Amino acid sequence: MAHQLKEKFKSVCPAGVSFASLRYVQETTEVIGMRRGVLEPIDKTIDRGVMVTVFVNGGMGYAATADLTESGLKKAFSKAMDWAHRSNGKMVFDPSTLNMPHSTGTYRSTVQRGWTDVSFSEKLDLLRGIDEALPIDERIIDWSSSLMSVRTESLYLTNEGGEVHQEWEMLAPDMMAVAHHEGQTQKRSFGSRGISQQTGWEVFDRVDYRDAGPRIASEAIQLLEAPDCPTGNMDLILMPDQMMLQIHESIGHPLELDRILGDERNYAGTSFVTMDMFGSFQYGSDLLNVTFDPDVPEEFASYAFDDNGTPAEKSYLIRNGMLERPLGAAISQHRSNMAGVANSRACSWNRPPMDRMANLNIEPGDKSLDELVASVERGVLMHTNTSWSIDDSRNKFQFGCEMGELIENGERKGIVKNPNYRGISATFWKALKGVANRESFEVLGTPYCGKGEPNQVIRVGHASPACLFGNIDVFGGA
Amino acid sequence: MQKHFMELADFLTSQMRGDEVYTSYLTAEDSDFVRINHGQIRQPGSVSQANLQLRLLQGKRQCSVTVGLIGDLEADKAQLRAQLHDLRELLPHLPEDPHLLINESVDNSEHIETNELPTTADMVDNILKESTGLDCVGILASGSNYRAFANSFGQRNWFSSHNFNWDWSLVHSVDKAVKSGYAGKEWDSNVFASKMKDAKAQLKLLARPSKTLKPGSVRAYLSPVALSEILDLLSWSGFGLASHKNKTTPLLGLLEGNQRLSPQFSLQEDVVGGVAPDFQSDGFRRPSQVSLIEEGRLSGALISPRSAKEFGAQTTGANGGESPDSLAVTAGDLPTADVLKELGTGVWIGNLWYLNYSDRTAGRMTGMTRFATFWVENGEIVAPLNVMRFDDTIHRMLGSELEALTVERDLLLSASTYYNRSTGSSRLPGVLLKDFAFTL
Repeated sequence: MAHQLKEKFKSVCPAGVSFASLRYVQETTEVIGMRRGVLEPIDKTIDRGVMVTVFVNGGMGYAATADLTESGLKKAFSKAMDWAHRSNGKMVFDPSTLNMPHSTGTYRSTVQRGWTDVSFSEKLDLLRGIDEALPIDERIIDWSSSLMSVRTESLYLTNEGGEVHQEWEMLAPDMMAVAHHEGQTQKRSFGSRGISQQTGWEVFDRVDYRDAGPRIASEAIQLLEAPDCPTGNMDLILMPDQMMLQIHESIGHPLELDRILGDERNYAGTSFVTMDMFGSFQYGSDLLNVTFDPDVPEEFASYAFDDNGTPAEKSYLIRNGMLERPLGAAISQHRSNMAGVANSRACSWNRPPMDRMANLNIEPGDKSLDELVASVERGVLMHTNTSWSIDDSRNKFQFGCEMGELIENGERKGIVKNPNYRGISATFWKALKGVANRESFEVLGTPYCGKGEPNQVIRVGHASPACLFGNIDVFGGA
Repeated sequence: MQKHFMELADFLTSQMRGDEVYTSYLTAEDSDFVRINHGQIRQPGSVSQANLQLRLLQGKRQCSVTVGLIGDLEADKAQLRAQLHDLRELLPHLPEDPHLLINESVDNSEHIETNELPTTADMVDNILKESTGLDCVGILASGSNYRAFANSFGQRNWFSSHNFNWDWSLVHSVDKAVKSGYAGKEWDSNVFASKMKDAKAQLKLLARPSKTLKPGSVRAYLSPVALSEILDLLSWSGFGLASHKNKTTPLLGLLEGNQRLSPQFSLQEDVVGGVAPDFQSDGFRRPSQVSLIEEGRLSGALISPRSAKEFGAQTTGANGGESPDSLAVTAGDLPTADVLKELGTGVWIGNLWYLNYSDRTAGRMTGMTRFATFWVENGEIVAPLNVMRFDDTIHRMLGSELEALTVERDLLLSASTYYNRSTGSSRLPGVLLKDFAFTL
């Protein structure tokens, strides 16, 4: 396919353009799920197509098609050219002044045992074992487990010899148990696909999935019997499966340069961060170190080049609490005259790239989780995100978790239900007073980050240790 | 596209062997998308895509695959033939599905709209002209949308629509903006000019010094758009039979009979009043209306074929996720023209944003005010409001604190373009609340 596309691209790439590209994507997604002992309908999707993009004078245009014949590509270029001519001189930035990259290179996920190397019966046996382990009590009224596999190939070609070929293989296991008794319902999950990684079957050697069923179900039952999360200002420890959401919403989105430039103000929103804050704004306490890191092999959004062909490398966005660099790719960097990162990404062939998060991580600290807990006089430790809400400037937030644990005098005192907390991004990270070390560090990710017009849902990775925050507004349910 | 789909359907029928059955569902579009920022073009382009879900059944076994159609008949026949081969290989390895329900009675339909759209480039020119001197940001989506179903029993359903949706904001400064929408089948520059005039009038109000409220309770009015955000959240596992049976619905209080919403509040899935196709991906037709809440009491659920089989109920032709496409709230008796007067002193809320649950099964939710939201005193708009977080229950908002619903209802066409252009809509009044809880 790659060779054929290269030949066709050479043949149909229009003359008179300052830049032209073709981005081919083929993605196969399979979900196998079991619910209450019944195999859910097998769901497989094979999505394939190209997006062509052209810059002509002061205009640009794109067109996306699944017709990969030479005539199909020609028609797509014709549409893109038409848009470029019609938008000439009417653009929010001038494409004629922009030097797009023409990179060459490859990337491939590190996989030991691929999804297609595992028999269907082995996959089914895994799910059946979990399905049998979840209903531990008659109060467990619903339960399910599933595996989602995604295999993606992309080829990016440009009119000046750029050629980037990348292949990813990803796996996202999940399970959940719903407990109900006397009008009350509680749910516990494996993270609602929060453990999404670039990996093959070996992920089950890294994460405790096979044996997690009884724990998940037991915690759902314990939540039914637990007291509500206490209300008040107190210490808060967030485990990595909640830190993932906290990083995503109140660091990742506000640092997206296209938001800061106003592109998202009609939909995803603006940002409380402004361009003049980079280099001078203390985002968090000096314990806060945040990196854009596309080099973690198993992390969900690792890659060698972004969807505009820019080589990707690890960069500090926040160092010792100081805001250094935005999440902005080539076009946003050009518009703002700021340095950024290689994060121009599209969810598939049918949507244009824009500034996205990719892998956004918190660097580990030097305390053990036990030491963080021991330092808390009164507080709550929270596991696994279940609710997220934040204002359109990414400042005032309220997040909820599936399960909490009360901490008193440095000891865990038992489970509390419906744990929630509120804060304001601009001040919340300054309350960071402990970052755990690599022992609690987890590489997580989610397939579900929504943004953009037209709308796009994309994969992101977040790795973090547990973190301790002081004097946070915590509360329970009902 | 219709001819192509029907020829593929006949081809698939010809490929069935023995007691094999197939169903297929098409989701396709030819769309233009033009992003605008600062009154200029940010990203213009076109997307042509067609995805066909092919499901193969034999007895009580089933499996399916979704493929992107190429558009060439012979090429698409070849890829479907190959996919059928793979499905046949997999099918014997699958256990029987006790929740399988298919529609064996042929129920054909055809909905074809004429295409009255001008070129997208012409609409963009009109938008740029009206936006001169304004900080305008948004998305114009325009083009053709297709949905279709076919099976080997001979059923054929076709739906095509051609429309535009210009969803935009005029920004005063930072997060102070007026959000508007103009959607339809024929672009009328006079109608658009009128909508821009209304937006500009609100923009002037945003220029006044803004007010910051302390957390606490206030009297409030929610516009139809703001109400739609609350109903959108409830639509996430709120109205489906599966969520009722596993007790995860935020309507649990109503389901268990210990809570009731306001007798003024009635809600339906109003297929006949919406713009979505009246068939779903398994080939079941949808009734013209499904009552969900009647005078404050739970009166029904959206039921997918799978849930119908599992729980012994009658399907309402709901999709697999049992989410609504065409919600309608029964109108009240408050004329919209009297809203400010009846509100007196309180908050007029144009939009809510980013709602989620604080305690799902208790019906407690949180979210933000967004866009044009004003502080009102003695029936007069006094100041724009800085964004506030609310945290309140549906039992209060749509129950004890619901004072009135407006006479007029707005038809809100979804601007969602995740994966493909939505055919969803809602028809909603505004809501006057005696009390609304802000927390941050």
